[in-house]
Amino acid sequence: MSNRSKVLYIVLLLGALAAPFIGYPIFLMKVLCFALFACAFNLLIGFTGLLSFGHAMFFGGAAYLCAYAAKTWGFTPELAVLFGTVGAAILGYFVGWLAVRRQGIYFAMVSLALSQMIYFICVQAPFTGAEDGLQNVPRGKLFGLFSLADDTTMYYFVLAVFIFGFWLIYRTIHSPFGQVLKSIRENEPRALSLGYDVDKYKLVAFVISAGLAGMAGALKSLSLGLATLTDVSWQMSGEVVLMTLLGGMGTILGPVLGATSIIAMQNYLSSFGSWVTIIMGATFVVCVLAFRRGIVGEIAHRLKK
Amino acid sequence: MATDYILETRELTKQFRGFTAVDKVSINVRRSSIHALIGPNGAGKTTFFNLLTKFLPPTSGSIVYNGHDITREKPAQTARRGVIRSFQISAVFPHLTVMENVRVALQRKLGTSFHFWKPESTLNHLNERAMELLTEVDLESFADTQTVELPYGRKRALEIATTLAVDPELMLLDEPTQGMGHEDVGRVVDLIRKVAKNRTVLMVEHNMSVIANLSDQITVLARGTVLAEGPYDVVSKNPLVLEAYVGSAEAEVT
Ligand SMILES: Nc1ncnc2c1ncn2[C@@H]1O[C@H](COP(=O)(O)OP(=O)(O)OP(=O)(O)O)[C@@H](O)[C@H]1O
Ligand SMILES: [Mg+2]
Repeated sequence: MSNRSKVLYIVLLLGALAAPFIGYPIFLMKVLCFALFACAFNLLIGFTGLLSFGHAMFFGGAAYLCAYAAKTWGFTPELAVLFGTVGAAILGYFVGWLAVRRQGIYFAMVSLALSQMIYFICVQAPFTGAEDGLQNVPRGKLFGLFSLADDTTMYYFVLAVFIFGFWLIYRTIHSPFGQVLKSIRENEPRALSLGYDVDKYKLVAFVISAGLAGMAGALKSLSLGLATLTDVSWQMSGEVVLMTLLGGMGTILGPVLGATSIIAMQNYLSSFGSWVTIIMGATFVVCVLAFRRGIVGEIAHRLKK
Repeated sequence: MATDYILETRELTKQFRGFTAVDKVSINVRRSSIHALIGPNGAGKTTFFNLLTKFLPPTSGSIVYNGHDITREKPAQTARRGVIRSFQISAVFPHLTVMENVRVALQRKLGTSFHFWKPESTLNHLNERAMELLTEVDLESFADTQTVELPYGRKRALEIATTLAVDPELMLLDEPTQGMGHEDVGRVVDLIRKVAKNRTVLMVEHNMSVIANLSDQITVLARGTVLAEGPYDVVSKNPLVLEAYVGSAEAEVT
């Protein structure tokens, strides 16, 4: 890591630690959850070259699993999040196994179709609370000791999990495995001809991405106290694509910035009612036209020159 | 074993929806030789390479490599046996640096390529070898350049360095000099001669002076079938070959 990025990460960390004294912890937690979701998605689109159009199934699926475990079985928060994460990773293994053999748009279609299946299961299943979802999910006590009922305390728990997830993605991207992923993104036939079983690499990347997307969804259901059908809907899959493209796919911080901007817009523009969607759509179009590489991608590009 | 053939194909055939692109091709490639595969456009040369490297499944026939029947293997499996191809259209990793292009090929044999929890710096000890390979193709001064910024001829040279990095036993080169300027061609010819010292090369090439210069054996393919076989002197005088080339590559033969 260069000195400049080290300084940047330290500043960001200090900012994140100080944030609940300036902003609303609930809003901040939501930002962190979606930032992690977008980073997990970016591992596929930005570093492996796979466009998944069904990532809501992992986010929302884990949100339900975590909420159910915390509410019905009284899991402690760290175990509930772990449960959601592992559940999403296992789902990711099966979905990935079916999807990674497909190329390009077919991959996106398979992921979308499977995600719709999960959506319908969530609509029908007895334990998801149908239209109401699972509400009033208790945050419980961390390790059975520290109550997370206070929003600021909960925020620091979310931050800690976020940092772990972010670190894991960073590590993955900058690892021997990450090098192979990038070569697959750059030229799949070439990677194959050098002797790499590209499908296996894609599958491992898919499982990591699904697991971390699940971790984000699980955290979200604990922090906001609910898991609903919105979390598994195709709109949610679309939103994470938007966040990643807006911030800059294939950059490490882009998805964080993209998620922050979109959540902030949804939050502060909510008084405009249904106009939010239109304002967001317009912002998105302008950004994509003005900065093809996404905001962070564009900044990095300018700095390099 | 009686033969010293590294690769043998037996009546290898590939049909695309009724159209036969490769038609019962049986060739033997002698170990440690440079074997050229020539033929007019659309003769089926690239398709033949795709069959050998498993990028396409054959319709019928078989492929024997080092005594093993590899006809039904998967591409990566065959590559790991030491059969490495290059592509007709330059195949590099454009948004990796030149050094990383070579290193990604070198790292496979470390066996840590699934290790997502290890830092990239565990690959640094490969840099020295990567640099040697880059030096072999005169790219050492470009090591930190983004590959996308290299001129075309340099990209092709990098492709050869990357192929060499996996130390292939059999190198398949699909038109390595295509689209290159005069000096670049000379450089690639020297390079191929050098690297062929301890391995086998099977190459598709349109440039006849390159063929005359390098090849020990030539197979001429036309419309998917073998038209002629032999050393350059014999093949270049074969009337069938001359006829097949009329109109398509006449200028190159003469
Ligand atoms: N995937 C495919 N589907 C259908 N037809 C194909 C396919 N690949 C190749 N062909 C056809 O097979 C024939 C042989 O093509 P191939 O690319 O092997 O020729 P080539 O000898 O490499 O030619 P060139 O010198 O132009 O590279 C052509 O007629 C081509 O159109
Ligand atoms: Mg060809």
